[in-house]
Formats: sequence, structure tokens, C-alpha cells
Amino acid sequence: MAEVRLNGVRKVYAGGVEAVKGVSFTVPDKTFCVLVGPSGCGKSTLLRLVAGLETITSGDVLIGDDRVNDKDPSDRDIAMVFQNYALYPHMSVYENMAYGLKNRGTSKADIDKRVKEAAKILAIEGFLNRKPRQLSGGQRQRVAMGRAIVRQPKAFLFDEPLSNLDAKLRVQMRVEIRKLQRNLGVTSIYVTHDQLEAMTLGDMLVVMNGGVIEQIGSPLEVYADPASTFVATFIGSPPMNVFPVSVDGAGILSLADGTRVGATSDHKGDLLLGLRPENLTIDDLPGATFVATGRVALMEPLGAETLAYITLGTSGPEIIVRLQGHATQPPGTPVTVRAAASAIHRFDAKTGRKV
Amino acid sequence: MAASTGDTYRPKGYWVPHVVIAVGILITAFPLWVAFVASTLTLGQISQAPMQLWPGDQFWVVWKDVLEVGGGGGGRIITAPVSTMMWNSFVMAMVIAVGKIVISLMSAYAIVFFRVPFRTFFFWMIFVTLMLPVEVRIIPTLQVVSDLGMLNSFAGLTVPLIASATATFMFRQFFMTIPDELVEAAKIDGAGPVRFFFDIVLPLSRTTIAALFVILFIYGWNQYLWPLLVTTNQNLDTVVIGLAKQIDTAGGVTEWNKVMATALLALLPPMLVVILMQRWFVKGLVETEK
Repeated sequence: MAEVRLNGVRKVYAGGVEAVKGVSFTVPDKTFCVLVGPSGCGKSTLLRLVAGLETITSGDVLIGDDRVNDKDPSDRDIAMVFQNYALYPHMSVYENMAYGLKNRGTSKADIDKRVKEAAKILAIEGFLNRKPRQLSGGQRQRVAMGRAIVRQPKAFLFDEPLSNLDAKLRVQMRVEIRKLQRNLGVTSIYVTHDQLEAMTLGDMLVVMNGGVIEQIGSPLEVYADPASTFVATFIGSPPMNVFPVSVDGAGILSLADGTRVGATSDHKGDLLLGLRPENLTIDDLPGATFVATGRVALMEPLGAETLAYITLGTSGPEIIVRLQGHATQPPGTPVTVRAAASAIHRFDAKTGRKV
Repeated sequence: MAASTGDTYRPKGYWVPHVVIAVGILITAFPLWVAFVASTLTLGQISQAPMQLWPGDQFWVVWKDVLEVGGGGGGRIITAPVSTMMWNSFVMAMVIAVGKIVISLMSAYAIVFFRVPFRTFFFWMIFVTLMLPVEVRIIPTLQVVSDLGMLNSFAGLTVPLIASATATFMFRQFFMTIPDELVEAAKIDGAGPVRFFFDIVLPLSRTTIAALFVILFIYGWNQYLWPLLVTTNQNLDTVVIGLAKQIDTAGGVTEWNKVMATALLALLPPMLVVILMQRWFVKGLVETEK
């Protein structure tokens, strides 16, 4: 049980590639922190730096009050769950879970007690004598978590642990991981590229892109108030609509083809406007700030809702509007898209940051 | 569908492969049968043409003589008893096989799992020696062995043959299939290099080791040129050397019945190794356990 702190952590590989470019954040005790970002954003490298599987180029990693930069992975008091489970194929489930404890010189009786406890928590008591290859993917994943639990570490590190599971099992294991982490109260860092996993699992979200942090916050904060266009389009499905608008001398916003969109800004220079599909409507909306005309390009009925692809103005951009229930306007139908003032996100066109 | 229970699926002409197999077996087994028959006949019976193809009554006489006394030409005994030679061959083959496996396991482990300076260079050095069979470097090697005073000893017989590029290469290929995550999981579980080797790598290599053992045992057992050069002492003769000596009798009469008995005896241990380890052998060559 401890907080994990990162101070200006950088990682430059031998070839000169800078995978992590100075990252600082603190994961408070007992918090479930999710590192999320597209592949190649440095999130896995960051986790491996915390685990000690890669050496830190500069900066500090602290677990509890321990500066662990120069400690071996086994001395950092962490446990890691890997994407491909990384179970020892020749050892039984019991031996897999006991191996780390055995190497630490834990007494046989204590090992036995801890392994049986963990097996009970994870409902794998019946498989203790089996070899990993005799287990299904979900069961292997449990064993991998069991191996982490028995160690009673200061922190759990998860490296995309659900990516090898099928969709149904993934949802189920996601819920279990969340419950387990709550019950055990162990500080956890979880790496994923799946924004849905990130939203549902985390107490705290760290969105990464290109080796730097784009935004840190609770899932709902990040969702409701994205700090950049990257975060805006990465979190949420379908993603937030982001399109360029120009600002004239009076602060009135208009699309590239001159269509005015109703909203205003005192920003100097061009803007990117962000609107979540679920905050938009094609019905009447009293007091709407964003008002733009357009034409239906396509309707995608999903059952409970319909995704409407609408071309704004005369020539674009195309945006997605999420409509409740069924809507069946044929392509080409003129519509007016509206949104409330609170739903409009404005980003600087050059930097992509919120203004 | 084909081959379901009770109703065997037999395509037209299914007997053709059976005939081919049967003919193959006959062609392969016939010389062995002739050798066995010859080893049960007297020299006189063998020299009659055509030689009879049914065993005679000399089996015990010939085989006992070969095992206990040894063979030669024209009544002179010029080899050690075959039992002694079998033992020599066995020890040599075992030491070579086990030695090669131990050395290659360790060198492959070093090459794959450690970032030593010049790692690639070392690997290529080892790999290049694949192209140099024993025969190419046999004279310099003999000089070294002779300078070290290892002529006419088991050490001289085995040590120079122990280094093995082939086995190192095979272990390297196998080790490279071990996922990185497994190595990392072991690191987090507190297994240092030695523990990782004995707890993880060695158990995972079992089938590869077994397959290599079969190949290397037979390789060692069949050595001819090297033992011929290094040993002059009759008591260190291997069975392959003994066999050659029995035939090359410098003008005397070759006792073909004894030669055949010796040859069959020399066949036995490699055959046993293959039969006993067949399952492991196949597993080791085809399966990469993950």
C-alpha cells in the first residue's frame, strides 16, 4: 500500500528514440490509475520504467517513499500482469503462484496459505494442479492475477491484461479486476489503448500521446472537459466532432464556406470547435448557442439510438449526431443542428489546446 | 466421413501404399537378416555360394567368442573383446553427448539472454565453426591433444569433440522462442540468472535436450577417424574401430561370422537410444512448448 510518484521521468532508447519525454504525476494510495493512449505513445514504456524492466534515462520513480530508480524489479515490491499472461508453462497453477514467494524465502506454510487464499478470491481453487496450457484464456488471466495477489505488493502493474481475451470475457474480467482492486485496496497502474476500459476502470486517467501527458483527471472530467483535441477525439465513442472555424472581427464563428454557426469567441486566430455527438440535436433546442444548417449524409440506426452523419453548411465538415430512438430522414434532407453553450469546446487551431 | 468408428474408409487402391511399405521394409531389413544369418554359420558355410539364408547352429559359439575374446584374422586376436569395445564406445558417446549438451546450453544461454559486449560476434564465431567439420581441423587438433599428453586416454577421445556449434545453434533458436514476458515475469518474481536457468529454461528445454541427445549420442558412437588417430592402445578401441580392424587383416582370412556379430552388436545401443527416446525425439524437433 503506497503511492507511486513519477518526477520528470524520461526514457531515451539506445537508438536515440525518446519514448517518454519527461512525465510527472502521482498515483495516490489505493488509487486505480489508467494510462491510456494510442499504440506507440509511451504508456507501456512508462509502466516498464515503474516496474524496473527498463532503465530510467532521467527523472525519479518513487514507490511509497522509496526512490526505486536503481532497484531490481524484484526489490521494488510490485507485481505485474502481462498481456500474454507470461505463466511458466511447465509449472502447475499452484507453482506459478508460489514461485515468487519461494524465491523470497517465504515459509512453505505461509506460501500455502497465501496461494489458497488468492485461489479462493479468484475462484481457481479447482485448477491448482493443472498446467497453464490446460486452462482457458480467462482462467490463465486469473492465474496471472493470482500470481500478483499472493505477493501482497505495494502496487499492481497491468500491461493490457485483457487484450488477448474475447470481447465478452473482456467485459467480465474488466468488472472483476475493478472489484478486486477495490477489495484489496492496492495502488494500481493499468495500461490500455482501449478508451472504454480506461473510462470504466480508472479512478484516475492519464491520457498520453507521443511520449507526453495530454491530460490527467477522473474519467468523467476528462470526458466532459478535454484539454486538447487529441483527448477530445480519443476518449468517447463515437469521438467528439472537431472541425475548424474562423473568427471574424466581431467574434462571430463561421465555417470554411462562410456558414455562420451562431457561437462566438474573443479568441484571436482560427479555432477548432469540438462538439460531442450526444450533445447535438436536429430538433428544436430553446436557447441553443450553436446553430448550423446542413444536410443529412447518412443515417445509421443502432437500435436504441441512431447515428446521423450530417454535412454542415454547403461543403462540410461532416459531423456525427447521436439521436435517441429511430430517425429515418433520407440523405439530402436539410436539417438544423443545435447545441447548448455548455456543450461547445473551443481549441486553438495551432496548438490543439483548449482555449 | 473418413475413418469414422466401425466404418473404415478405404479409397480405391488403398493397398498400394501397403505394398510400397512392405517392399521398403524388405529392402531395409534384408541386409540385417543376412548379417544375422552369417553370424550363426561357420566360416566354411559362409564361403559357399550361394550362402544359406537360414540361421546355422554357431550362434552361441560365435557371439560368445566375439564378446569375450575379440576378433581378428586367421585365428590371431587383434582387437579387445567386443564387450570392452562396446563399453569404450558407450562411454565416449555418452561423454560427448552430455558434454556437448551442457556446453551448448550454457553458451546459447549466454548469447540469447545476456547483453555481453561482442555478443553477435561470438555468435557468428560459433556459427562459422559449423562449416568446419572435425576432419578439416583434425591435424591441428591432434597436435594440441598430443601436446597436452591426452593421447590414448578417454579425455583425448572425447574432449576435442565436445564443442558443438550445431547444438548451440539449436538451443539458441529454441531460447529465442521463449517470450520476453516470461523472462520479465521471472525477474519480477525474483529469479536471478542462475535460478532462471535452472527453474525455467532447463525444464522448458527438456524435449530439445532429448532430441539433441539422440542425435549426438549416435554422432559420438559412430566416430571413426578421431579415435583411430588418438588411440593406439587396444583396450581403448571403440567398437567401430574394432570392426574395421577385424576386416582389415593384412593378408589373413577375415572371419566374417565374427565381423557380422560385432556389427550387429555395434548397432544395438544407437538403436535402443532411438527406440527408447523416439517420443521425446519427435516432440523436441516439432514442438515448441509455450
